[in-house]
Amino acid sequence: MTPQDQVVDIDALETEFQERIDAEKKIEPKDWMPEAYRRTLIRQISQHAHSEVVGQLPEGNWITRAPSLRRKAILLAKVQDEAGHGLYLYSAAETLGSSREQMVDDLHAGKAKYSSIFNYPTLSWADIPAIGWLVDGAAIVNQVALCRTSYGPYSRAMIRVCKEESFHARQGFEGMLALARGNEAQKKMCQDAINRYWWPALMMFGPSDADSPNSAQSMKWKIKRFSNDELRQKFVDQTVPQIEYLGMEVPDADCKWNEERGHYDIGEMPWEEFFAVIKGHGPCNHERLQARQKAHDEGNWVREAALAYQKKQADKKQSVA
Amino acid sequence: MVDQYLPLWEVFVRSKRGMDHKHCGSVHAADAEQALQYARDVYTRRSEGNSIWVVEAKHIVASQPDDQEAFFEPADDKVYRHATFYDVPADVKHM
Repeated sequence: MTPQDQVVDIDALETEFQERIDAEKKIEPKDWMPEAYRRTLIRQISQHAHSEVVGQLPEGNWITRAPSLRRKAILLAKVQDEAGHGLYLYSAAETLGSSREQMVDDLHAGKAKYSSIFNYPTLSWADIPAIGWLVDGAAIVNQVALCRTSYGPYSRAMIRVCKEESFHARQGFEGMLALARGNEAQKKMCQDAINRYWWPALMMFGPSDADSPNSAQSMKWKIKRFSNDELRQKFVDQTVPQIEYLGMEVPDADCKWNEERGHYDIGEMPWEEFFAVIKGHGPCNHERLQARQKAHDEGNWVREAALAYQKKQADKKQSVA
Repeated sequence: MVDQYLPLWEVFVRSKRGMDHKHCGSVHAADAEQALQYARDVYTRRSEGNSIWVVEAKHIVASQPDDQEAFFEPADDKVYRHATFYDVPADVKHM
């Protein structure tokens, strides 16, 4: 084959690939795919996996201090779910030829991103139900949309995750409701957590469509099915009435129902803060990565021992045989 | 310190008696026993299964999508293997 033939060949493959996507057929691990599609997915899925794993840290912080045995058991189960979700996603990313070692190393080296929301501290108990309700609530909106993403293993992981996430949002809302119906100090705590988590939760959907450079291509490949602003709007529309139900206030004076649009309008988002946190200047960026690195390093002897045991057992089997 | 990493195992779960084992993902583990325990913790936290198979990923042999057409082509022109190929009068029962 001459180099020219190869060029034609790739064009043909790309056309065939796009046709398959347009026909709503899933792409599976061993299918031919454009390198950029593979790279985009590896980046997105591994970031998503890292977010689940790092997301355990702010919540894990409160397991020993949960106000009752019931809340402690629930929180423990939720944090275990986050670990599980991270593993489903790493598993999906590995089908694209990315190794677990590489992804974990990139996270620890600060080369890979994770959701900025987890760089905010959990200052009071109310932050824990607020995270379950707002942060997992926002994640659900995003993840429900991703259940129909074009890459099969990612889509299947999202379906599995979504089945488990509604427990997270509901236990969070229930916890907020308990505080909202409590004494003055508890109500104050509840409002304070909403004040601090409202904007970061809205920013989880990413920059506005106009400032989101990769969005158009991802939509064409049907990796993304809805734009950042569409998903953010959906979250706002479903959450504002829930805040009102709690008897709390939306920390945005411009947040009003817009009869004409049939949606809630919101005020200007604090994007400067968002980009500062993404660049590593959030309150907890350093602490989170250090905690991950420490957990990995301190687990090394366990992996080493497990491998040594496996080798010993295999050798024993061989000498018997 | 040499960083240690564990090999990849594919996981198949049977959701209940009478069903097939179905592929659901993978785990990293040092040996089969550990792979089973990890698979249980990762994929059956809500009683999603009552039986798990694990197999080290390197042992799986898969057909290639590139050869898909040629590989599966022999079945394409044998429509007579399907029941719907045959015309049976509507008043013939139990067919």
